[in-house]
Amino acid sequence: MIRVCGAAGQGIQTIGATLARVFARSGFYVFSYQDYESRVRGGHNFYEIRFSDRLVSAPRGGIDLLIALDRETLDVDAPELLEGGIGVYDSKALDTTMDDDRYVDVPFNDIAQEQAGSRLMANTVASGAALGMLGMPGDVIGKVVEATLGRKGSDVVEKNRKEGLAGHTYAKEHCPKCAFTVLPAGKERLLIAGNEAVGFAAMASGVKFYAAYPMTPSTGIITYLAGKAADHGIVVEQAEDEISAINMALGASFMGVRSMTGTSGGGFALMVEGISLAGMTETPVVIVLGQRPGPATGLPTRTEQADLLFALFAAHGEFPRLLFAPGNPEQIFSCVNRAFDLAEKYQVPAIVLTDQLLADAEWSLDGIDLDSFVYNDYRVRGDAYAALPEYKRHALTETGVSPLAVPGDATHVVVTDSDEHSEEGHIIEDAATRKRMVEKRMMKKMPLIRGEMVQPELFGADEPDTVLCGWGSNWGVLREVTDRLNGNGKRVAMLHFSELYPFPEYEGRPWMEALRNAKKTVCIENNATGRFAYLFRAETGFVFSSNVGGYDGRPFNARDLERELSNGHLG
Amino acid sequence: MVTLDDLKGTETAWCPGCGNFGILQSFKRAAVDLGLEPSRMLMVSGIGQAGKFPHYTMCNTFNGLHGRTLPVATAARLANHEMLTIAEAGDGDCYGEGGNHFMHAMRRNIDVNMFVHDNQVYGLTKGQASPTSDLGMKTKINPGGVTAEPLDPVALAVAMDCSFVARGYAGDQDQLVELMKAAINHKGFALLDILQPCVSFNKVNTYAWFKQRCYHLEDSYDPADRLKAFERALEFGDRIPTGVLYTNERATYEETVPTLAGGPLIRQTMEPVDLEKAVALFY
Repeated sequence: MIRVCGAAGQGIQTIGATLARVFARSGFYVFSYQDYESRVRGGHNFYEIRFSDRLVSAPRGGIDLLIALDRETLDVDAPELLEGGIGVYDSKALDTTMDDDRYVDVPFNDIAQEQAGSRLMANTVASGAALGMLGMPGDVIGKVVEATLGRKGSDVVEKNRKEGLAGHTYAKEHCPKCAFTVLPAGKERLLIAGNEAVGFAAMASGVKFYAAYPMTPSTGIITYLAGKAADHGIVVEQAEDEISAINMALGASFMGVRSMTGTSGGGFALMVEGISLAGMTETPVVIVLGQRPGPATGLPTRTEQADLLFALFAAHGEFPRLLFAPGNPEQIFSCVNRAFDLAEKYQVPAIVLTDQLLADAEWSLDGIDLDSFVYNDYRVRGDAYAALPEYKRHALTETGVSPLAVPGDATHVVVTDSDEHSEEGHIIEDAATRKRMVEKRMMKKMPLIRGEMVQPELFGADEPDTVLCGWGSNWGVLREVTDRLNGNGKRVAMLHFSELYPFPEYEGRPWMEALRNAKKTVCIENNATGRFAYLFRAETGFVFSSNVGGYDGRPFNARDLERELSNGHLG
Repeated sequence: MVTLDDLKGTETAWCPGCGNFGILQSFKRAAVDLGLEPSRMLMVSGIGQAGKFPHYTMCNTFNGLHGRTLPVATAARLANHEMLTIAEAGDGDCYGEGGNHFMHAMRRNIDVNMFVHDNQVYGLTKGQASPTSDLGMKTKINPGGVTAEPLDPVALAVAMDCSFVARGYAGDQDQLVELMKAAINHKGFALLDILQPCVSFNKVNTYAWFKQRCYHLEDSYDPADRLKAFERALEFGDRIPTGVLYTNERATYEETVPTLAGGPLIRQTMEPVDLEKAVALFY
């Protein structure tokens, strides 16, 4: 594992992103994540990259190669440097010398000055040095520089390539102790971040309208989609606030296009009345809730999974909703795609829960299977709408689902209301209509939606002694810990939920049996009070034998979690 | 041809004598004059007595939340800019709960017609002060009279360089019909603030009160002069000018969105396109 550390503004993101891309291009499995403070300059931040010839999908803990760009690194991060690990730093720039033979002094600034007459590209030197120490071939630097900086012109590309190579050469020559053996490269892989995966999945699901107000950690979604808007026929709108964002999403959806909004807990709180409006007007909408630690502003740039019950219960009144919580890029694709599909099919709001870990993390993938995305247009458009003898937006039907027409495509009118309404969409007050409408929205649709929900993933040992349960972004760490424990002779299975509500059917399912038969069951969540365990108990009556919570704003890492579980949680 | 019969809605739930009737009648006359087909227009309304407006005529309707007409209407235009879009809200809805959206809609210059039924009081919740209530107006919540300065919507709109600013009066239907038509024909965001007596709760700003004060802007008035417009917009007391106070011609928001250059979003391919291109960028 490589950790690049420094102050905001020093370019640790550039170095981290470059290295992650190099490893993915070279055919390794890559997982990266970022730890940063809520400030633009200064502070202490890191970018962590894991690469391997086997799947890596979570923070691990313990550093193999530490790239120190500030002095604080040598106090804060150095203790995590593993036996046999290497630290690299510029003693002149940091004005300190490490009296530890695991550290190699590379004059990033001087090399940059020498090669390009400026210290600005010291980052590229550092990236090159890291690759040199890892024994990676130097030519890969040129390719990545070309891919990432190509649009800045050939002069910039050439200078950076030279800088990178100089760092590479220097490190190779001055690090006799560098004993990393990097396996031969495999087939080139792509690299995708969580927020990019959300944006891409929305595009692949036919999103035509996205409105949002910037809020960490969800801002990456609007950034991604804004860059794609013109090419892919999408309108992206930066709303004046989150109340506007969700109402815009509903307005566009009412007019006949697929729409989405995204935010974090605070913005989601502002959207709550709009969610209720989606429920009442039966307007499809997808809402991404990128969780971060609360309450209130909390830790703006860090991670937590404490908003599950908030997302489940947000809004007044009773109406169906869908809750998804993906834990890796493939699940992001599937959950976002299904959120669009089912939101439109049943005309309900669908909420996709992510968090800072998932939003900022990057993964390598062999590719993206475009055929796995489903696209069904459930709306009544054009001639099909015009051919209807009459139209009632909220017509009562067997399934509770009324035809969803596109206003303006026929001479009929589409009328809906946030007040309780008649089949035609006009305001009513009478008890009988109210009762029929509640039954239509809630009782008729809900069982059908529940039947659509995908079962949780059960992975690991058959007839396990211990079942580790989790949801959302903990997929990676659960997977890795399960493998580690089974490798140490334990019988462990992981149970991971990416589709949370309506709660999947459980009676007689193998995973429910595995839970009931296990000696120990542990629910692992990034929160203090076990929000998912609460939902699980409410839905199934099942109580986990123990809970492991993380509420320091940091993600679980595999080493620490394994240690904690071994401390009495296992069967 | 559109007739008044085509614009018949459900039975009204307003008080007898409500200023809303004059606004509704004026709208129907304007719609007939302009030949507005019910299916070719969208009315987005909020909550309050004005929020019920679209139900009493015939049109595509999104009667949403209190204060949120403009976000819905803005996005509706971005989804389909061939749909005539009118937002209907009261003074509490547009200038109170929805104040932020109002400012930003003017900034964007989205081609939405904002008709504000401004009765200077909260009707649906029975008589509390609104953002436009006069200083000193006594209510159950303000037994000593309102002490906050009233918001001047038309002066605010001129200050925001809103591309169309007009003031009408519910008791002057002939002029109101023309103002509605002018707003609808205007390209860009149009604010039409409609002074409206509330016969149940506003005992100050009555039909008699308005009749005494309202006068038409003179024919020689030039609405392109922003400073003059600001001066006239501030006139609210013994004399209240009605008519088109201010206009400026500039690009609508819809015209500035590159995605919409080829036509309304709703007429473009709904299925995902060019995904391979997006995948290639991840390598």
